[in-house]
Amino acid sequence: MKQNHFDAIVVGAGPSGNAAAYTLAQRGLNVLQIERGEYAGSKNVQGAILYADALEKIIPDFRDEAPLERHIVEQRVWMMDDAGHTGMHHRSDDYNEDKPNRYTILRAQFDKWFSRCVKEAGATVIYETTVTSLMRDASGWVVGVHTDRNGEGITADVVILAEGVNGLVGRTSGLREELKPENVALAVKEMHFLPQEVIDARFNLKGNEGVVIEAMGTITEGMVGTAFLYTNRESISVGIGCMVSDFTDVGQATPHGLLDRFKAHPSIRALLEGSEIKEYAAHLIPEGGYRAIPELVGNGWLVVGDAGHFVNAVHREGSNLAMTTGRLAAETVADIILSGGSCSRHNLAAYVEAVKDSFVMKDMKKYKDIHGFLKKGRHVVDLYPRLMNRAAQTWFRVDGVDKKSKESTIVREAWRARGIGGLMGDAFKLMRAWR
Amino acid sequence: MSDRVENRLFQNRYVVDVGRPHITVKPHVNPSNALVAMTRVCPAGCYSRNEQGQVEIVADGCMECGTCRVVCAQTGEIEWSYPRGGFGVLFKFG
Repeated sequence: MKQNHFDAIVVGAGPSGNAAAYTLAQRGLNVLQIERGEYAGSKNVQGAILYADALEKIIPDFRDEAPLERHIVEQRVWMMDDAGHTGMHHRSDDYNEDKPNRYTILRAQFDKWFSRCVKEAGATVIYETTVTSLMRDASGWVVGVHTDRNGEGITADVVILAEGVNGLVGRTSGLREELKPENVALAVKEMHFLPQEVIDARFNLKGNEGVVIEAMGTITEGMVGTAFLYTNRESISVGIGCMVSDFTDVGQATPHGLLDRFKAHPSIRALLEGSEIKEYAAHLIPEGGYRAIPELVGNGWLVVGDAGHFVNAVHREGSNLAMTTGRLAAETVADIILSGGSCSRHNLAAYVEAVKDSFVMKDMKKYKDIHGFLKKGRHVVDLYPRLMNRAAQTWFRVDGVDKKSKESTIVREAWRARGIGGLMGDAFKLMRAWR
Repeated sequence: MSDRVENRLFQNRYVVDVGRPHITVKPHVNPSNALVAMTRVCPAGCYSRNEQGQVEIVADGCMECGTCRVVCAQTGEIEWSYPRGGFGVLFKFG
């Protein structure tokens, strides 16, 4: 073996890259992982919810060591108008279980921990190094990477691109197309610190219980997007995101102005009262769905995680898809290399099959039309939350008007706003897209 | 202006690669709509217009999200690369 040659190079140390590097190292492969940040997580941004299942399949006893904030016992989904919200809350003591299903995490800390696990598993991890391009042989086969530190480049049998949504390596190398503004969302987020007991009291929590609020409606000012509020142990992550093309072409807002107005909303303001803001972050989310998934393998390379556009926007899942695709890519690579095969496009296609057999591609496929539905039906994110709040207020206000008249008012308002054809059409299109 | 972005960027940690900005706007006379949109859409407020109407960037507060890169990909008005390893924004919480 040449001195500078590895079985595999993993570009990036987010959830997908760490999952891949860890799995490869566990299988005994000689792995190099390259991360541009000072430490893993220093460049990474997420809400953030950790889905235990995907990580359990990689590190079964992660709960003993990983820096987790709170496990989720309550989910609130809010449809907001300017004055308030109408929503669905789901809370259960069943989520206070031995092995909780979802946790809030702080990515900078979590990724650092995951990266430590990768090193302990035997991978070589280098930080503060940006991969600048792929190395190819005469036939175009990817045989390694060039970085901003090593002029000669580093070779490997295979390169796993876990470079995130804004990954430049695969793009400048022509492995995947440029992102389209209508296929990515821009999210901004702030970290609001409050004493643990204040958060417990405001959200009716004890111990390490946590609450998730996902919100949509007039808060995105006519753009397709959502906002969120997640309780961490001693902080609250609050953020809002909209499609980039809506930011440029539909809305008039700045991202931080939008966040400020969300924070000032009557339903949110009191939850954040008196908090100290310690960080402001922004990140892109690949939300183009199934149809935006690029070519996933080629001779000597695979792509995983956000770089592969693996985000289920409807369910706000991404990091679990990242970890799962990272793991599946690594298992495919390990099977090939340990049996003496070559990492050709043909052999690596087993990864694509594994992704198709998993929940990842099944979910991506299920919602393949949602993206198009929202693109054409932008009104649904604004109009329906408005109507719901109006209807709720008509229904709950006791003002001497009889209930039958109230029912008529509710129906009439919906009718007037959208027309019977519009209402039926929206319902039909949504049903078809949801199928 | 209540939504001044500078105040929040002040909370963040950066290691600025002095003299080597990772994003530059190419010299131009009239900026495209896409480039002008960045003066509003950049979440770090890095873009602004000068008195002649051209768009300028000071990338020190950049959070490396890539929005401007995507928005201006078609027009080719900006050069975008990641900061050298170890430079740029450093999230404490992410």
